[in-house]
Amino acid sequence: MPNEPADDARTQLLRTDKLTKTYAMGSTTVVALDAVDFAAHAGEFIVILGPSGSGKSTFLNLVGGLDMATSGQAWFRDQQITGLGDAALTRYRRNSVGFVFQFYNLVPSLTARENVKLVTEIAKTPMRAEEALDMVGLADRMDHFPAQLSGGEQQRVAIARAIAKRPDLLLCDEPTGALDSKTGIVVLEALTKVNAEMGTTTLVITHNAAIRTIAHRVVSFADGRIASIERNADRQAAASVRW
Amino acid sequence: MSALHIKLFREMRRLWAQVLAIALVMAAGVATLLIGVGTYQSLDQTRNAYYQANRFADVFATVTRAPRSVLQDIADIDGVLAVDGRISKIALADIEGVEEPASVLLVSLAEDSVQGLNRLYLRSGRLPEPSGATEAVVSEIFAEANGFRAGSQLKVVMNGAQRQLTLVGVALSPDYVYAVAPGEIMPNEGRFGVVWVPESVLAGAYDLSGAFNAVSVRLLPGASEREVIARLDRLLAPFGGQGAYGRAQQTSHAYLDSELMQLQSMSRVLPPVFLLVAAFLVNMTLTRLIALEREQIGLLKAIGYSAWSIGWHYVEFVLLIAVLGIAIGLALGTWAGGALTELYARFYSFPVLVFSREPSLYLIAGGTTMAAAVLGALRAVRAAARLPPAVAMSPPAPPAYRNLLAGRFGLVIELRKTWVMVSRHLLHWPWRTAGGVIGLALSVAVLVGSLWSVGGVDYMIDYTFNRTERQDATINFLGTRPASAAQAVERLPGVLAAEPFRALGVEIGSGHVTRRIAIIGRPAAASLTRLLDTNLTRVDIPESGLLLTRSLADILRVGPGDIVNIRPLEGTRQSRPVHVSALVEGYLGLGAYMELGALQDLVAEGDQISGVNVSVDTLMQDALFARLKQTPSLGQISMQTVALQQFRATMAQNLYVMIGVLVSLAGIIAFGVVYNFSRISLSEQGREMASLRVLGFTRAEVSTLLLAEIAVLTLLAQPLGWALGFLVAFGMVEGFSSEIFTMPFVIGPEVFAYSSLVVMTAALVSGLIVRRRIDRLDMIAVLKTRE
Ligand SMILES: Nc1ncnc2c1ncn2[C@@H]1O[C@H](COP(=O)(O)OP(=O)(O)OP(=O)(O)O)[C@@H](O)[C@H]1O
Ligand SMILES: [Mg+2]
Repeated sequence: MPNEPADDARTQLLRTDKLTKTYAMGSTTVVALDAVDFAAHAGEFIVILGPSGSGKSTFLNLVGGLDMATSGQAWFRDQQITGLGDAALTRYRRNSVGFVFQFYNLVPSLTARENVKLVTEIAKTPMRAEEALDMVGLADRMDHFPAQLSGGEQQRVAIARAIAKRPDLLLCDEPTGALDSKTGIVVLEALTKVNAEMGTTTLVITHNAAIRTIAHRVVSFADGRIASIERNADRQAAASVRW
Repeated sequence: MSALHIKLFREMRRLWAQVLAIALVMAAGVATLLIGVGTYQSLDQTRNAYYQANRFADVFATVTRAPRSVLQDIADIDGVLAVDGRISKIALADIEGVEEPASVLLVSLAEDSVQGLNRLYLRSGRLPEPSGATEAVVSEIFAEANGFRAGSQLKVVMNGAQRQLTLVGVALSPDYVYAVAPGEIMPNEGRFGVVWVPESVLAGAYDLSGAFNAVSVRLLPGASEREVIARLDRLLAPFGGQGAYGRAQQTSHAYLDSELMQLQSMSRVLPPVFLLVAAFLVNMTLTRLIALEREQIGLLKAIGYSAWSIGWHYVEFVLLIAVLGIAIGLALGTWAGGALTELYARFYSFPVLVFSREPSLYLIAGGTTMAAAVLGALRAVRAAARLPPAVAMSPPAPPAYRNLLAGRFGLVIELRKTWVMVSRHLLHWPWRTAGGVIGLALSVAVLVGSLWSVGGVDYMIDYTFNRTERQDATINFLGTRPASAAQAVERLPGVLAAEPFRALGVEIGSGHVTRRIAIIGRPAAASLTRLLDTNLTRVDIPESGLLLTRSLADILRVGPGDIVNIRPLEGTRQSRPVHVSALVEGYLGLGAYMELGALQDLVAEGDQISGVNVSVDTLMQDALFARLKQTPSLGQISMQTVALQQFRATMAQNLYVMIGVLVSLAGIIAFGVVYNFSRISLSEQGREMASLRVLGFTRAEVSTLLLAEIAVLTLLAQPLGWALGFLVAFGMVEGFSSEIFTMPFVIGPEVFAYSSLVVMTAALVSGLIVRRRIDRLDMIAVLKTRE
């Protein structure tokens, strides 16, 4: 699969080898993720598509260190993350991964700025909270509490909070799922901007096939496997997405 | 079972730990109510019934010797229902196999005792044959302590002559429910007892034929005790009357009264504290439960359940908790009340003393607890009942936090954001936070209010036995003897030093207030015993004038420089004004002191003394005891070490058991408050905590959110609890102080430290239990769902 950025082991940020997750449901077992081999390169923007129940979230949670695999391996750079204990996984999330979820998960008792500071206070080389909020276009809303912000604004705070630590990996599970198209596009713009300016490797799960146009690569899941991977020859700006 | 009932039981099962924590606090309230009021009722009712059945007298007097014909004159006094004249004498006794000499109170038994007052209750054996000159009946506690049985022998020195008595029965009597040797504070089970012998025996031995020296009077209902006492005093004065007194000053009755007073003050303070905390916990838990079930409530209303039935559903939930708490509390209270009553039965001789199981008490305990629970639930239930179905179905508005601290503190110190979360969360629910702080403060207060007494008793022991009454033993003569008797004692084997004293029974008064006490006369140079004031500064015995203990001065409402009237109960019996020179401290009984010579002048009797305080060479103690037994005329010896032991034993039985109970109960409050508070806090913030874990916060860091809340609550509660505890302790001093016994109000820093330690430990334990739930937070499940 020759493509650019170069498909070279040195630029491989994330790699999985037969990554598998099964759930025991009584006498039967549900295979949520079935021996997935995958690699993402530094600076890539990847969109993940697939029907409901195809294993997208499971995959993201495993490579983000939120969950433990049943078998197979996953590496972040040259660190194997499968098999790590809770403490090491926590350290991995803390230092290297940013998450954005469908339901923002902001702390209601903290203002936008304080929600971001929550992370910068414990990160190694964070940017200033104000800088992160500025990147997502919320410089003038910094002292608002989540209850005083719209859904799209809350999601952008969540993005600012995720990128403020300058993570190598940004994982987004349906970040626009709860937003209308106009607000969703603003959020996508924020994500592509971060990817472009900071080179953060970004994986975005979506049900919205229209979003595929903004990715370097599009990964499609089906039945716990990767059904196809496409490279976008002609990548579009987020602003041009319509749905 | 209806669907709502099924929901009810599922809810109970899911919240079982919180339910149990609340139920335990309620149980503590029920139990203390039962212990306090139940034991009070048991003692009070048993006492009343016993007094009634055995005709306990209302007024008492002693004389030197009065002819029995005077009894008819007494019976003729207005308001007198019945009169009983007896012979009553203190005597030394020699118990087989016991080195230390004992003393007994000999009381005459009339031939025909049907008319008499203070009738015996025969526990076993029989009464002496009127003609059986060597037969006697003995008091139960004394008999048990010495293993006496029918047929046991007891040597008693009557008027200088030793007599062998055969014990034919064991008995109790309402005037010696609590039997202490004259002049002592704590009962000395094996060394003092009451022995009843036929009247003819005592009359012969003490030359009192056709006469009596102790009289008891029972009053007609509604008769004035005061007037009868005045008439009695006038009537008995020519016969050496020592002043009549009512039940309030009858030793046995007064001890029981002070015990009852303590029980009452306990049952007034503790149950309300527990019920208050329980109501608060119910309110807090139910409010959260209803907030979580908004949608269900909306749904139920939408499908046609009435507001009333929804409200009742939650009331039932609370009543179920209350029923659980009441059940535990009743079991606990009945058991502990029974145990406490059993303890009392060891000190107080009643024919039967069983824990009162009056249904009314159980009903009251159950009823108040139910009421407290429902009251606590009221606000939350009303909110649930009023929730319109449409509102209930839509998710609650996100909690609107305000930036309360930023303006004031934000600029000064940049708080860690986790601490910002903690402070905002606490301030967001100000009433709940305040309730938690008050609940914990109450638990600190209960601890301070009970633990201080350990130090108080230690202080009292140190004060009495190490600092003031430093003699090894006291020898009390029977009656008075010339001063030379002190030298005789000094020559006894093992006696290192001897200091004489004179104890003079007097009626001391100021204005309308009078009390019967003994003034102790001591040489100014006495060094074995000394007097101290409240600040432990030595107070010298003045040449003339009187030293009063603070408690007596308070009762008489006098101070240094004031004049009090003193009427000796023997000798001249002339009332005399004496000035109070200074006050001294004294925790046991009411006391007054004078210089020996000055006291002797008061009765114009010359150089008479009542006994000596001695220091004893412990190696020679046995020889001393042997000599004292051989020469009973020397009097009765009481060892300070034995007195101290008795004191500690009695205290340990009563006070320490009570303190142990209170410490556990305070622990239950602290645990219950913190546990419920944490569970609710976790339920509200679980989502945020899971989010923080996703963001890379460690388990320890996330737990800080909860533990910090608990810490803030606990720390805020300490100073408040100390202040409340100080008040409780002060109230206890007042509540427990009687004329027999006052507690020194000393409360050291260790009391506060220890109380705080107990509460903090309980808080920490419940915090750590809830923390385990944080460790099990499911990050992924939380992220899948909308709040
Ligand atoms: N905790 C669990 N227990 C049992 N089965 C689970 C669990 N979590 C996920 N699964 C199963 O694993 C499979 C993959 O789930 P996953 O959440 O990864 O799907 P998804 O692709 O993210 O779907 P969606 O687009 O609906 O979010 C599903 O069949 C799901 O039922
Ligand atoms: Mg998913």
